[in-house]
Amino acid sequence: MEEIKKDNTRRDFIDKGIKIGKIGALLSVGGLAVVKIFGSKANAADNDMVELMSTDGTLIQVPASEVTQVPENKPAYDPREGFHNRKFVMVVDLAKCRNAKKCQSSCNKNHYITGDNAWIKIYKMQETEKTAPYWQPTLCQHCDHPPCVKVCPVDATFKRRDGIVLIDNNRCIGCRFCMAACPYSVRIFNWSDPWQGETAENTEYNPDHAGVPSQQGTVDKCDFCPHMIDKGELPHCVSACPNDVFSFGDMYEDTVTNGSGQSVQLSKLLKDRAGYRLMESLGTEPSVYYLPPSDRVVDFEEGVSNYTEFESVEKTDKP
Amino acid sequence: MNQTYDQLVDDLSPKKFGWKGKIWTAFLVFVILLGVYSYIQQFREGLIVTGMRDYALWGVYISNFVFFVAISLVGSLVTAILRLSGVQWSTPLTRIAEIIAVAAIIMAGLTIIIDMGRPDRMLNLFMHGRLQSPIIWDVIVITTYLFISVLLLYYPLLPDFSILKKRGQGSLRLREWYGKLSLNWSGDSKQHKIYTQSIKLLSVMIIPVAFAIHTVTAWLFATTYRPGWDSTNFGPYFIAGAFVAGAGAVIAVMYVLRKTYQLENYITDEHFDKMGKMLVLLCLVYLYFNINEYLIPTYKSTEEEAVHLQSLFTGEYAALFWTAIVGGLVLPVIALLFPKGRKPLPLFIVAIAVVLGAWWKRYIIVIPTLSHPFLPIQGVPESWRHYSPTWMEWSITLATLAGALLIITLLVRFLPIVPIQETAEEKGLLEMTKITES
Repeated sequence: MEEIKKDNTRRDFIDKGIKIGKIGALLSVGGLAVVKIFGSKANAADNDMVELMSTDGTLIQVPASEVTQVPENKPAYDPREGFHNRKFVMVVDLAKCRNAKKCQSSCNKNHYITGDNAWIKIYKMQETEKTAPYWQPTLCQHCDHPPCVKVCPVDATFKRRDGIVLIDNNRCIGCRFCMAACPYSVRIFNWSDPWQGETAENTEYNPDHAGVPSQQGTVDKCDFCPHMIDKGELPHCVSACPNDVFSFGDMYEDTVTNGSGQSVQLSKLLKDRAGYRLMESLGTEPSVYYLPPSDRVVDFEEGVSNYTEFESVEKTDKP
Repeated sequence: MNQTYDQLVDDLSPKKFGWKGKIWTAFLVFVILLGVYSYIQQFREGLIVTGMRDYALWGVYISNFVFFVAISLVGSLVTAILRLSGVQWSTPLTRIAEIIAVAAIIMAGLTIIIDMGRPDRMLNLFMHGRLQSPIIWDVIVITTYLFISVLLLYYPLLPDFSILKKRGQGSLRLREWYGKLSLNWSGDSKQHKIYTQSIKLLSVMIIPVAFAIHTVTAWLFATTYRPGWDSTNFGPYFIAGAFVAGAGAVIAVMYVLRKTYQLENYITDEHFDKMGKMLVLLCLVYLYFNINEYLIPTYKSTEEEAVHLQSLFTGEYAALFWTAIVGGLVLPVIALLFPKGRKPLPLFIVAIAVVLGAWWKRYIIVIPTLSHPFLPIQGVPESWRHYSPTWMEWSITLATLAGALLIITLLVRFLPIVPIQETAEEKGLLEMTKITES
């Protein structure tokens, strides 16, 4: 049963891979093809000569017969490799958070979280007695040196080239070493059968959309929503936040976009607002940056009424 | 002491259980069956039946696992270290130590499977194993240690099996089995040479592997960032603790066996005295590592460590912590400094205290750390902040302990507890027999 399921998942990945591969061909590898087409058209009169640019930047004439089309060799999309040439980052602006918890409820809903522990938690933080308290939304930090990945004995949790840390719930053996290793307490264990309702249960499993469906005896956590990125959309928490606390983007583009669709330069934002990362001294190199709660847009007090000490997943009707 | 070879073989060959032995075995089987029942529930419903949750993500299973690994280290201590250093008096204790080692390491392996969320995927460890994970190191060294331990238990048994085949008291079928297990041991010089060389080689090999099993087990914790675990002292600290637990276990078992089988001529008061002295030394070494482990972080009192240490010294875990340290370490040292304290019965009581203290010490090492993560515990049910094992967890844990005791009991039933051949050799009885036999 398990094997069949696994095979289906794999086929699904390949299907998806072909789709993305096509897009890739148009975007990047397409470059070579364009040169070829353009060259051959321009030099049609010269009979079999094409103009190409050499590696040092000079134009050279080459007989067309010498030029061969390089077959497209784009690797298929692999959920363990991720999106090519991307590096995802998130910025959390603590000055704007008023504990509205919309990020949490949207994440819970879209990942069908049924346990007692949400993947996003909004901590009530206060560094010292003399400093003001603030709300700190915390999710998986998608570290570049992830301690969880280092300790996983079966390669179930992995780090992708695009920066995202995911879990293969079909492989996890439930030893919970990753949870012990994570200093940010973001990993969640399915202690019992996580019955998530028809929709989730009938969806084919894919680590790109964690929690759909969740599996008993395995670890879950924030997946940075590759299933949304794939559609060209922002992660659920980013778009759900009414205060634009979250911004999400690509480090290579040096841009992050908030839920209202405004994009800013990442490096400038981090410099101007003194962005930092959680427990930077541990050397985990998180992909999530925080902007300190200075010049607050909202009052801390506004969130207090919304704060529940013992509940991070709202339960309406439990079957 | 005027003793004949026949008498020696009679004294030392395995005997059928009396009513006490039968009741004891039945009791162990009952405890194991209860545990099996609980485990079936756990297998079906998931680890929800335990007291563990997302913060206390490891519990009594893991501390019990560490305890078993610790106990199993004694096989290498008594058998290998004492054997290689040419200590003669340890001969009657070697088999007891090896039996304990084998039983404990088997149960350690089983306990770690019990803790897994997906035991059905156990083979992933071999199919997808990644060498950078300390769990894989543990899998490798524990299986290696199990193999070497079994061999180190088995090889010295070859001559004994041959003796039991010839003159044992068991039924004909049992003696046939002894014959098969003796691998045609005749005791000629060629066999003897291979035999002594193999045992020597195994004794050398088991020492680094034994150090490795417990060092790697310590690294399961020390490779994380968590206060209380994040310590470079952890490897040697665990090894020192393991020697204490193991020596305690050997003393306890040898006392019971001596009493049950009237082995006073073989396991003498002097043996207890010497084991007692060794236990003092081991306890002092462990105490030294404990001081390192707790004093230095207390001196510095970094924010995270301070919270953790406070819970141990004066907080939630203070009663357990101080009982384990004082009752399981300090008081035993004081008691054993006096010759009277090293007499069999007092030493037995001390050894039990040491073993119990060692068990709870593992609990104190594993559990409190998990309730003090770097970020505050918020938004989860109140019960998640404190871990206490459920009765299901207890019954499974007790079943693993009973399982180890059952393995020891059964091996004691069918194997000579005190090596016959070696004892005869040491007592100078062997030459005589050879002559009479030929």
